Amino acid sequence: MKISIQKYYYGDFGGEEKASGEEIKKTTEETAWPLWEIFIRSKQGLDHKHAGSLHAADAAMAMQNARDVYTRRQEGVSLWVVESKYIHASNPDEAGEMYEPAVDKVYRHPTFYEIPDEVGHM
Amino acid sequence: MQIHDLEKTFQEKIDKEIKIEPKDWMPDAYRKTNVRQISQHAHSEVVGMLPEGNWISRAPSLKRKAILIAKVQDEAGHGLYLYSAAETLGTSREQMIDDLHSGKAKYSSIFNYPTLTWADMGAVGWLVDGAAILNQVMLCRTSYGPYARANVRICKEESFHQRQGFETLMVLANGTPEQKAMCQDAINRWWWPALMMFGPKDSESTNNDQSMKWKIKRKTNDELRQQFIDMAVQQVKVLGMTLPDDKLVWNEDRKHYDFGEINWDEFWSVVKGNGQCNKQRLDARKKAHEEGAWVREAAVAYAKKKAARLLTKVA
Repeated sequence: MKISIQKYYYGDFGGEEKASGEEIKKTTEETAWPLWEIFIRSKQGLDHKHAGSLHAADAAMAMQNARDVYTRRQEGVSLWVVESKYIHASNPDEAGEMYEPAVDKVYRHPTFYEIPDEVGHM
Repeated sequence: MQIHDLEKTFQEKIDKEIKIEPKDWMPDAYRKTNVRQISQHAHSEVVGMLPEGNWISRAPSLKRKAILIAKVQDEAGHGLYLYSAAETLGTSREQMIDDLHSGKAKYSSIFNYPTLTWADMGAVGWLVDGAAILNQVMLCRTSYGPYARANVRICKEESFHQRQGFETLMVLANGTPEQKAMCQDAINRWWWPALMMFGPKDSESTNNDQSMKWKIKRKTNDELRQQFIDMAVQQVKVLGMTLPDDKLVWNEDRKHYDFGEINWDEFWSVVKGNGQCNKQRLDARKKAHEEGAWVREAAVAYAKKKAARLLTKVA
């Protein structure tokens, strides 16, 4: 039995030329879009949580792109978009001064206190 | 602190499985390696849309067309997650895209092979996405936080890609003699390039040692490749097809399958730009970028105009 497979050499087949680093058009400041951070509420009653970031020309486009990129599988019911430049982050080099004072204050946790069992749940 | 001390503290964090975050101190080489690897991964997702995009208009049914569109759209999203992760290291989207277009940055060589029949969509899903998933599952635990998180997101979406590919092949494998032959032909053409996706042998790879020490990678090229082969040998039986390697045989001592020699000359030739589609892929990316320039400019102009109007209203 003769079997023939039709192969489509026209659609997806390259030329003989080698790929090379020819002159390319650089992207300029004019066309670069600012960066936005995306926060998603996965369902009613939960916090918005950071999901990732993307570039967009303005808030409306950031919202549209966030919907297309981050909620294709029903990941959310609400979106926040914030331009990244407005986020102020703590400095990891100062993490010691910032967070260590909490380390030795065990009395802030309920397990620090001994209560007799007969008191029940407290 | 001296650089030496900083490097010591950095390595201690890595050894203790503490993730590195964007603002943390890191050695220059760690930053560079991550930028290179993450941007290359991103470019692979973006260029990876092309061989499949080729079949959207020729998919055999509306169902298959919808699936293919969804898959290609996912890949655009994966590219975006990864570009964003790379940007946290101080590079810009524009720089990365310029580097791709100039040929300075690489993408996975697998996408320089053509997709010639519909069965290729199945083989690409099963083998190419299958190989990519093994790598990405490992990268969910990579030491750089943003890259790890991007991979977690990718892996959640990627498993449908492999399953739809395998299912596509199953349909062909149960079809007419022509469809069966087409299925086997696609597997034959994609098998060896898929094995090359894991990169050079450990003994020849220059980046392996340091990347393992920094836990950017968790498994070596050869380990991942072996894992892939062991799985594929079982899966191909379900299809009732064969893999094009007569040296594939179970090795009781190693508890793995032995396999034939990969054609490394072909591998390096495609990496260096001589694959069947290298030029076509880059041309398509450059064309899309250049022809989309006016859209990007118009969006910026529109955003500026709207912002200006808002100011006038307030005033």
